[in-house]
Amino acid sequence: MNRTSLLLVIAVAMFAAPALALIETYDFSDPELEVRYQSLTQELRCPKCQNQNIADSNAPISQDLRKLLHQQLEAGESDDEILDHMVARYGEFVRYRPSFGGVSIILWLAPALLLLAAFGVLLLTLRSKSRATTAGVASLSAEEQARLASLLNKVGQDS
Amino acid sequence: MAPRLKLFLPLILFAMLAITLFRGLSLDPSEMPSALIDRPFPAFNLTGLGQSRPLSQADLEGQVSLVNVWATWCVACRVEHPYLNQLSQQGVPLFGLNYKDNDADAQRWLDELGNPYRFNIADRDGTLGLDLGVYGAPETYLVDATGVIRYRHVGVVDEGVWSALLEPLYQTLTEENDTQ
Amino acid sequence: MMPEIGHFALIIAFCLTLMLATVPAWGAWRGNAVAMSLAPTLAIGIFVFVGISFGCLASAFLQDDFSVALVAAHSNSLLPPIYKFAAVWGNHEGSLMLWALILALWTAAVALFSPQLPLLVLSRVLSVMGAIGVGFLSFSLVTSNPFARLLPGIPDDGGDLNPLLQDPGLIIHPPLLYMGYVGFSVAFAFAIAALLGGRLDASWARWSRPWTNIAWGFLSLGIMLGSWWAYYELGWGGWWFWDPVENASFMPWLAGTALIHSLAATDKRGLFKSWTVLLAIFAFSLSLLGTFLVRSGVLTSVHAFATDPARGMFILVFLALVVGGSLTLYAVRAPAVSSRVTFAWVSRESLLLCNNVVFLVATLTVLFGTLFPLIVDGLGMGKVSVGPPYFNAVFVPLMVLLVPFMGIGPVSRWKGDDVARWRKELMLPAVVAIVCGFTFPLLHAPYNIWVALAVLLSSWLVLGLAQDVWRRLRNASSPARGLRRLTPGYCGMLIAHLGFAACVTGVVATSQYSVERDLRMSPGDTQELAGYEFRFVEVTQVRGPNFIADEARLEVSRDNVIVASMLPQKRRYLATGSMMTEAAIDPGLFRDLYVAMGEPIGSDGAWAMRLHYKPLVRWMWLGAIFMAVGAFTSVLDKRYRTQRAPVAAGNEAALHGA
Repeated sequence: MNRTSLLLVIAVAMFAAPALALIETYDFSDPELEVRYQSLTQELRCPKCQNQNIADSNAPISQDLRKLLHQQLEAGESDDEILDHMVARYGEFVRYRPSFGGVSIILWLAPALLLLAAFGVLLLTLRSKSRATTAGVASLSAEEQARLASLLNKVGQDS
Repeated sequence: MAPRLKLFLPLILFAMLAITLFRGLSLDPSEMPSALIDRPFPAFNLTGLGQSRPLSQADLEGQVSLVNVWATWCVACRVEHPYLNQLSQQGVPLFGLNYKDNDADAQRWLDELGNPYRFNIADRDGTLGLDLGVYGAPETYLVDATGVIRYRHVGVVDEGVWSALLEPLYQTLTEENDTQ
Repeated sequence: MMPEIGHFALIIAFCLTLMLATVPAWGAWRGNAVAMSLAPTLAIGIFVFVGISFGCLASAFLQDDFSVALVAAHSNSLLPPIYKFAAVWGNHEGSLMLWALILALWTAAVALFSPQLPLLVLSRVLSVMGAIGVGFLSFSLVTSNPFARLLPGIPDDGGDLNPLLQDPGLIIHPPLLYMGYVGFSVAFAFAIAALLGGRLDASWARWSRPWTNIAWGFLSLGIMLGSWWAYYELGWGGWWFWDPVENASFMPWLAGTALIHSLAATDKRGLFKSWTVLLAIFAFSLSLLGTFLVRSGVLTSVHAFATDPARGMFILVFLALVVGGSLTLYAVRAPAVSSRVTFAWVSRESLLLCNNVVFLVATLTVLFGTLFPLIVDGLGMGKVSVGPPYFNAVFVPLMVLLVPFMGIGPVSRWKGDDVARWRKELMLPAVVAIVCGFTFPLLHAPYNIWVALAVLLSSWLVLGLAQDVWRRLRNASSPARGLRRLTPGYCGMLIAHLGFAACVTGVVATSQYSVERDLRMSPGDTQELAGYEFRFVEVTQVRGPNFIADEARLEVSRDNVIVASMLPQKRRYLATGSMMTEAAIDPGLFRDLYVAMGEPIGSDGAWAMRLHYKPLVRWMWLGAIFMAVGAFTSVLDKRYRTQRAPVAAGNEAALHGA
């Protein structure tokens, strides 16, 4: 990115500066709709900003999207329909919750898989180590085993 | 696996991460491709600038064209305008989408700077913009003869952008259209 | 003149770090005591010169020297002096100088406060820290010179500090955060020194524990301050967004938590030695990765500095060298045959391993989620976004998984324990916790299952700890002896775990029970929210040092008793004309009330207002403070008090790291 465009980007970004907290006062026919509105504005990403949801952004496009959201909620659309409507126009980029299909499925499976893998590795490592220990110990004579045990206990006390 | 080899696992994982990050340095995270590529231009029914007859998506069919989203409040649009004039003179069909603006200002702008557009859709409330997935002016859509969107460029269209990004596809689509 | 002195001092410091990175390390390799003994002196020298350099930069800011490009871009003559000082690190180049200063500070501290360390080890540790310094100072000098001048066209005034940064938060948040980030380099350096030495015994854990705890404490405070600052500054009442830059600070914290617990096991029982080394490398690598993410432009973030892929390349190469090098060293030098397993399945060691597993998985999950958009884009599979809905959904269950083990931990015994004993000891706390979980949320309608779960888990932690303290005191032969049983190490753990419980409760309560409304209010209007009445009295014009503002006055009452008078402002900064909303907050231990002004509506004096009710939100930050206090307390334990390294007959021993 050459210097001019970089400066332009910074200039634009400064105009889209946050904390302007543009607050619109939409009237909702049903308080339930207002709750849904608040949660949906946090699910949708402002297409133009530096990683903000449309609830917190004051960019013109965010205002338009909020207005659209209000209209659709009043028109009785469901959450899924509204989100699909947005994705059809702006792509998956505009959803902060990655979809359960396609390549994003790995994102949802990752924590559980990692947890299983981690516990699995842990169990295998500990079990093989204790097996190695007992196997090694078993190859000594009874007297040597007794000496080994007493030596190790002394070390254990010191630490 | 030999115990020593297992210890190389973190290094291998890190190498993969580093390659990803290296690749990331040449990407632009804020660049967003249009969700409407290879989909028909959204249906609309809006007035045109300085026209009495309403316009619809059917008016875009019949030739390969550029639909340029612009507004008088958009500084960069002013920067790109002379080049659009040039393109229009070269015979490239250009349609304008006057986005969230007002007629008087828009007309004055065109009178002052020249009018490269065959017609201008007056999208006062930005509803067509929302259907198109516009998030900021200027944007330019390459639409083929059947009214299907083939490409979107966000930002100023200049010589470099035209010859590298838009012209090749424009030529291909025009040839396809001519041979049909 | 001053900027040139600063620049020159920085170059000298760079040369010294080059020497520190090479000479003592060579001395340790060859057994050359003279070369090794240079290390502490070099460390202090580096601190002096980086200090001079930083001082010159600060004075340029304080004296409004607009010939320095950085000052012209980020400061202004109307700025209050304290913000002129803080503006030093409110930008990329200056914040790098802060990094360098804090790195020099930690290096000098290790040099000065480690008399018990054999010279062989100390020289290696300081060399590693010197090598890190080489990276940062060269990055500064080559790509991000803070002393660049704007001659001959010196501007009349500066571009002003971003109004969002003109806040006490800027003064303390970055320094505390960097103290944490950089502090993990000490554990890293000890780990590398242990690997270089070829003898991986438990002593490295004993030496690095206090340093790591302090670093973790600072990082906790830094993150907490960032969250609190966003809350009161940004005007929308949020406190955590899982933004890439926030995650960049959270990942080292998560890995660091695993590290401090693993170090405890390595220190006490000599176990997991090479695993703890790997964790130390991992935690610091995440600090460096954070630096990369924030400054390279690879991920979009509101917090990112003006980004530049060329700078990103420099950091990436540095990252590859440091992390790649240390992981290679680990792969080659860590013992392939590890220590025998000396603990049973049911023991404190196992519980600590559970802690490690959960925090490791949490760290990797956050890392994967943060980098996922980049990975998908890099593979050409389109653009996706990963935000709070995802992170909240996956992170919370992990923490829920952790807490039951956390409750058993303090009570458990090393080496081998008994589930029946656990059941006996913890039956009472468990039962009371379940009762609390059922009943407490009833105090606040509507009943919420998540809050119930959070109360259950937090009570479980708190009651288990309370019982343990009671047992220790009661079983002692005298009160004095009992109190002595509560060592700083134990108290630190106690306070930190209590902090964690408070944090969990605060987070869940505020997420579930917050109420927010956006309303149109005119002077004279009253609105009701969560049992409070907000009366909009009037709007007046107020003038600040570098802004003018419309200030609204709202009186808040509950049951007809006035509880607060709130004064939100809508500011216009004079230098740039930018507008900012300054929210009014009525803080409370059990709830916050929050009011922010939007735009004026119409011409009759009406305003758009945002009103929030946020229960228990302060518990989150107080919990984090407790965690930091706990960490700092644990360091006071007398086992870390300095014992001089054996001098006379031990010189040989000292040289060879006995």
